[in-house]
Amino acid sequence: MTDFSAIDTSKEAGFSDFVQLLKPRVMSLVVFTALVGLIVAPVPVHPFIAFTSILFIALGGGASGALNMWYDADIDRIMRRTAGRPIPAGRIAGGEALGFGLALSLLSCLMLGLAANWFAGAFLAFTIFFYAVVYTMWLKRLTPQNIVIGGAAGAFPPMIGWAVATGGVSLESLLMFALIFVWTPPHFWALALFMKDDYSKAGVPMLTVTHGRPTTRKHILAYTLLLAPVALSLAFTSIGGPTYLVAAILLNAWFILGAVQIARRSEAAAEADGYKAEKAFFRFSLAYLFLHFGALMVEESLHAFALGGW
Amino acid sequence: MAIHKEHELHSRRWGRNLGLGLALGLFVALVFGLTIVKVSRQDEHGNPPSAKATP
Repeated sequence: MTDFSAIDTSKEAGFSDFVQLLKPRVMSLVVFTALVGLIVAPVPVHPFIAFTSILFIALGGGASGALNMWYDADIDRIMRRTAGRPIPAGRIAGGEALGFGLALSLLSCLMLGLAANWFAGAFLAFTIFFYAVVYTMWLKRLTPQNIVIGGAAGAFPPMIGWAVATGGVSLESLLMFALIFVWTPPHFWALALFMKDDYSKAGVPMLTVTHGRPTTRKHILAYTLLLAPVALSLAFTSIGGPTYLVAAILLNAWFILGAVQIARRSEAAAEADGYKAEKAFFRFSLAYLFLHFGALMVEESLHAFALGGW
Repeated sequence: MAIHKEHELHSRRWGRNLGLGLALGLFVALVFGLTIVKVSRQDEHGNPPSAKATP
């Protein structure tokens, strides 16, 4: 009876493991930004269509997360932060995650195409392709600029939301894309400064490892300065307005202040206070994005009272 | 060990089956809802034909 214990029951996946494959925390950002993109668009969408569209955009984002976890299982196994994910922990087999990701990708794109329009469905397919293939397979292990280009994948959702309503692309949706796109590098590099993951061991070229921490600090400042004009210019489009402008000025001033502080700090000073400034900057970066999109929502809801906009 | 005894494995499988069942149920409800909206309203956004795009 030596093969009595051949079935290791402790490692069978539960429902939550499959949910974890969809990266629910990333999904929440996707839901929020896609929803804002859809609501601020000039074409009204039936609430049920809007709900369904957002759901399948989120599912598509989740599917790309599953594909990412399938491909990156070898890296995830090495890094402490990710070793507990379902595939490296042995609860879900690689092939299972691949099938899950592919099936959900197909389903979400088809359903978005049917519920909204085929442009939005194709856009979602492109986003999944971009995240799973361009970022995960090509760039992540190749260049320290991986986060910069990979950030595009996370920046597409408001454009998809806009496409659900309008069936196309416009200056406003491109600027919403640019806002997340330029925001991503400083957000992630601040995290990389204090998380100190074992990227080098896993063979992922992170800027903090390849070019050093002082360079990363300068890069954070550079992108933060680049971000301000993008965020402010959104105020002067059809979806912006005075409320958004005031919010953007305050948020960007605060963000640049934090970036200057980070750029001026030496590694020793950061080490001494436990990366206090970097952690604060990272936390604020989340609020920064949330409040910018929140301000766009406020502008839109003010339209109902003949306020908002210019 | 009696064969009918509930193992932790079974409760986990039950959870997975329940989750899948609910997801499928939700999917059916969504398709049904979409059909109702699409059939009773005209354009591809689900708006009535008279709805004009507001700037």
